[in-house]
Amino acid sequence: MNAKKILSLSMASAMAAALLAGCGSTAAASSTAESTGTAAASSTAESTGTAAAAAGKVYYLNFKPEQDEDWKALAAKYTEQTGVPVEVVTAASGQYETTLMSEMAKSDAPTLFQVNGPVGLANWKDYCYDLTGTPVAGELTSDAYALKDGDATLGIAYVIESYGIITNKTLLEKAGYTVDDIQSFADLKKVAEDITARKDELGFDAFTSAGMDGSSDWRFKTHLANLPIYFEYQEDGISSTDAIKGSYLDNYKNIFDLYINNATCDPKELAGKTGDDSRNEFLAGEAVFFQNGSWEYNNLVGDGKFSDDDVTMIPIYVGAGDEANQGLCTGTENFWCVNKEAPEEDIQATLDFIYWCVSSEEGTKAMADMGFVIPFKAAQESNNVFVKADTELTAAGKTPVSWNFTTMPSEEWKNGVGSALTAYAAGTGDWNGVVTAFVDGWATEAALNAA
Amino acid sequence: MEKAIKKYWPVFVLPTLAAFLIGFIWPFIWGIGLSFCKFTTVKNVEFVGLSNYLNVWKDATFLHAFGFTTVFTIVSTVLINVLAFLLAMLLTRHMRGTNVFRTVFFMPNLIGGVVLGYIWQILLNGVLSLLEKPLLSLNATYGFWGIVILMCWQQIGYMMIIYIAGLQNVPPDLIEAARIDGASNSQILFKIKIPMVMPSITICTFLTLTNSFKLYDQNLSLTNGEPAKATQMLALNITDTFYARSGAQWKGIGQAKAVVFFLAVIALALVQLRFTRSKEVQA
Repeated sequence: MNAKKILSLSMASAMAAALLAGCGSTAAASSTAESTGTAAASSTAESTGTAAAAAGKVYYLNFKPEQDEDWKALAAKYTEQTGVPVEVVTAASGQYETTLMSEMAKSDAPTLFQVNGPVGLANWKDYCYDLTGTPVAGELTSDAYALKDGDATLGIAYVIESYGIITNKTLLEKAGYTVDDIQSFADLKKVAEDITARKDELGFDAFTSAGMDGSSDWRFKTHLANLPIYFEYQEDGISSTDAIKGSYLDNYKNIFDLYINNATCDPKELAGKTGDDSRNEFLAGEAVFFQNGSWEYNNLVGDGKFSDDDVTMIPIYVGAGDEANQGLCTGTENFWCVNKEAPEEDIQATLDFIYWCVSSEEGTKAMADMGFVIPFKAAQESNNVFVKADTELTAAGKTPVSWNFTTMPSEEWKNGVGSALTAYAAGTGDWNGVVTAFVDGWATEAALNAA
Repeated sequence: MEKAIKKYWPVFVLPTLAAFLIGFIWPFIWGIGLSFCKFTTVKNVEFVGLSNYLNVWKDATFLHAFGFTTVFTIVSTVLINVLAFLLAMLLTRHMRGTNVFRTVFFMPNLIGGVVLGYIWQILLNGVLSLLEKPLLSLNATYGFWGIVILMCWQQIGYMMIIYIAGLQNVPPDLIEAARIDGASNSQILFKIKIPMVMPSITICTFLTLTNSFKLYDQNLSLTNGEPAKATQMLALNITDTFYARSGAQWKGIGQAKAVVFFLAVIALALVQLRFTRSKEVQA
């Protein structure tokens, strides 16, 4: 009888164990499934022996889904050369903060992660290793690319990107203009409105749809909104603020009006238009202009798409500041941070890995192939035509517009401006709604951040 | 048999109990604990006392979400239960094709909330743009009724099945006796059928009430709170507090909101259970 009892109890515990083991193994399986590339990498790393384990390991939580494969290939190459296991996991688009938060709570937390600037750093600064004096910090071409908190360098920008108005040069010529004809907001308006007036004859529109769906609205609530913020900061000589005045909101309205009234669709439909819609319209030659950034290069240029000669990028003119000398919007919201809480050897392994990425032949080559311009001394030239456009404009003496949207108080603020813009475009709201969301929303959110 | 159960109950209970403790009770206690803390990850928390609870109402959106959720819950609970009951009455009349209809009405319940939300968003936006009206994410009224329609479509079938089971259990002799006494159809419905299916009504109102109050996926995928949070419900508001604001303090405030939310759901459910239970009768 007693034996039976023991048997039953042991069976029960075995079942419980199986249940829990089940949870554990499925979790592991899904994480390797997500990173099929790394599965191979980490298993080879394991087989190279215990020496590698003692030398630490790298776990990179990657922000850019479009570069997922490239990072995994680069990590595998590094593991092959050094025996140090590098795991790359990419968060789903728009889920980085969520993923990071849960990953950081695990015992095997990411050793390398990223924040999007000062506002993002506020959440994570307790976890950031001070990179002052590390070799990778020494490779930076300018101190401006270090993200600082006081004297400590907590983040390092690893990629510089540009955005502006991507232009289909072939179509623009068909309409009788070249990019040289567009040197100011007035020029842009003239060209766009002329194309709209003749659109039946030309067979295309000026702008792609300014979609306000979540996959596309960041182009306007964040990137376009950078321009009025930039000009206000310039005028006031500041680099961040708790209370925006909105001095250049009329310019913001003008450019947004131009976008929505000279586009491929009725402004009322914008609420449902996605990023893919906009890109596909551009690829299909339905519109000349497409506001987006250098990261779109691989989506626009290639087999069956455009060639390097078809497209270029021009500055977003809003009729403010010194337009003759305005360049593209160039900056970064991608800062690498090293997890301070990680074991000593993992921190060292991570520092070695990122140093290798930005200084070695293979590393810099891979970064250039991803279409990145990297702010490090050993950087190789990228073949990205939009990056080249930025280089040319800067060489011609134009001043790039810096990325000030990293100082926007919160995601909530962006969402508020986004809803107001959508309502304005559809006619269910007026421009005052945008002004309120922009100015009052900023103050409210800044106050709430301080709460 | 009974003896065997007495003896071997741990074999049956322990595995599930362990899973329940680890997967539910422990995170729940942790969750309440975290609402008194400031934290970025759960490994590194700092006790701050009640200040999170004091800040719960600090952003005006929570109160609005509370109001919106309450109105939505009332409307959808009434609509779903009335319509489900009517369907159940229709489908217990021994018509041809009853089983086909039951299956068809039940099917929407098998599709996940997020998928449904996106499908209905496309569908409703298509209709709205044909009518030249503003799209769902531009008009709070359309957004509200959009979610109501979606929830009705999804839940009516499920509740209908429960009501059918209840109606089939009404003893036919009771109805027959009433008919012989000369009761009209509506008298039979209100004096006999409804009191007899009261246990089903208790279950169905409980389910719809809590489902509506806790609604998240459908809200997220259909309107995502647009325009300007006008259609944002409580659960969505809590995740937004947690993830869309910057600063470590908001995690704790989000957690405190979640505890307030939990208490509200519990209170509501208890009141409802007490109310409908009191109407239940024995045949």
